[in-house]
Amino acid sequence: MQELSMNVLDVAENSVAAGAKLVTIDLVFDEVAGTLRLVIADDGKGMDAELAARVTDPFCTSRTSRKVGLGLPFLKMAAELTGGWMSLESQPGKGTTVTALFYPDHIDMPPLGDMAATVAGLVQCNPAMELCFTLSTAAGRFSADTREMRPLLGEVSFAEPQVALWLREYLDENIREIMKKE
Amino acid sequence: MKSLQELAAIRDRMRQTVNTREPGEDPIRVQVGMATCGIAMGARPVLNAFTEEVARRGLSGIMVTQTGCIGICKYEPVVEVFVPGQEKVTYVHMDPEKAARVVAEHLVGGRVVTEYTIGQAGTEE
Repeated sequence: MQELSMNVLDVAENSVAAGAKLVTIDLVFDEVAGTLRLVIADDGKGMDAELAARVTDPFCTSRTSRKVGLGLPFLKMAAELTGGWMSLESQPGKGTTVTALFYPDHIDMPPLGDMAATVAGLVQCNPAMELCFTLSTAAGRFSADTREMRPLLGEVSFAEPQVALWLREYLDENIREIMKKE
Repeated sequence: MKSLQELAAIRDRMRQTVNTREPGEDPIRVQVGMATCGIAMGARPVLNAFTEEVARRGLSGIMVTQTGCIGICKYEPVVEVFVPGQEKVTYVHMDPEKAARVVAEHLVGGRVVTEYTIGQAGTEE
């Protein structure tokens, strides 16, 4: 994966596959600690302890078309390359939370990449699912929540290309604003 | 800056186009493979390009969505096009420029872009 936003898209797809009704994606840049904390949480079907312990093994996957699953191993590797870590908590029937800590000043830190496209793509492709994205930096905090947008859309689907395009531009503007270095 | 209220304006515009469509008419579906293999090979810009092209042309009755891994990872990014009443078309090794051409020629013009299809890629290798 060339950018962190692609790892986020990939791991959030696991939440989609787990039948999540709500997925939250939180990114917190802590300038004092010099860290970036990524949390992807869902209310999907979750995993038992035995499976949860195996999912960072590349030879563990739920798909049937291949015997390898690289989403979580890639995220774990990306975090560890910067001196950070990844952890996973899951409860059957309750959901799964994946947390990854990065050290953004490390030479091996991947670029954040196009986070707007990741979030907009997830919403467009899973129009019935609720998604809450939050980004916090020293410049402030930006949050986008489909539960706030849905009433404004009425019966029009998030899957409509015009809605998806607007959402991506909306996210991109706000993310750029908050990622500005002062 | 864009405001959330713009969604209500989009909704009102969409309502007008939805009303001009035949009732019960199935949409054309464009499915982009978005498993780890697809994402790593650039599926997201392809999804964006299809979305942008369809929205920019103001086309209605076309849904751009995702599918998982269909097992042909070395051909990613893979895009499947389902036109109601026609056989599925599988495009391989897609990129944003190819996506724009598929919208213009296949989705609008009704002519499959044969050179991007999996059948064509299979004979090359």
